Amino acid sequence: MDNFTVGVVVFPGSNCDRDVSWALEGCLDIRTKYLWHESSDLSDVDAIVLPGGFSYGDYLRCGAIARFSPLINALDEFVKSGKRVLGICNGFQILTESGFLPGALVANKNLNFICDDVELDIVSSKGGWFNKVDQKKTIKLPIAHGEGRYHCDSDTLKKLVDNELIALRYKNNPNGSSFDIAGITNEKGNVLGLMPHPERACDEIIGGTDGLFTLKSLILK
Amino acid sequence: MDQFAVKVFVRLRPSVLDPAGEATKSASIKLGAEGIKSLRIGKMIEVKIEGNGENEVREKIDLLCDRLFANTVIEDYEYSLEKL
Repeated sequence: MDNFTVGVVVFPGSNCDRDVSWALEGCLDIRTKYLWHESSDLSDVDAIVLPGGFSYGDYLRCGAIARFSPLINALDEFVKSGKRVLGICNGFQILTESGFLPGALVANKNLNFICDDVELDIVSSKGGWFNKVDQKKTIKLPIAHGEGRYHCDSDTLKKLVDNELIALRYKNNPNGSSFDIAGITNEKGNVLGLMPHPERACDEIIGGTDGLFTLKSLILK
Repeated sequence: MDQFAVKVFVRLRPSVLDPAGEATKSASIKLGAEGIKSLRIGKMIEVKIEGNGENEVREKIDLLCDRLFANTVIEDYEYSLEKL
């Protein structure tokens, strides 16, 4: 694992890229490399994080423009090869816009930008992104979003439930998400999108370490 | 080549809650407007585009609407087209 490298994608308007890199390198000793969105060469990274922020100013819809970047075009093959992709906040929005994950993220029900710590139930550990082994079923992570209300139709929701693709649910739904959904995976389990920020919960000094497990699981094969 | 002016309307699907529309409806009532039963906010996109005839232009606009202008998971679209 010595050379395992996580690519952290940088779009114009990304603002959590350095936090992700700091959490991975400083807290977990995992090497990172920034990937500019114009790059389509993913040959020297082993996993990818799409960080939070406001890619392309959230113009049109959150994640809608980012979807057409060369990097996202190259992501299809990367995902098909089974490598792991984590989309946090704006990264989750990009993953739904580009079709890697079903559904969409729309304006919070109360229209507020919500910046808070939230309690989350671990529903599924598909892909090994969350720790259910030691019976820890609830974690606390920060959220910071204006458009985090997960929406999907009833057929999609049934598929998510039946295939155990719902990773996290809010204990007290802050934004009006369907079925309290805070994070989902693809069917294979190698792609996770979530609105909460695990990279902001990686050190006791900043309020908790419940995000470490998810970031550490990037190195799973 | 013909040039066309296209107006694309993108709307949230009826099943998707529109909190901005609800807030605006509430303000409209505070303004004193009576009888508002529903208020929903969408987007209008104006495009000037050229192509060989209306059919070719419609194909281009359909692609743009379906892949970029609207997210069909949450939005519907329609457009009008005028030859310039």
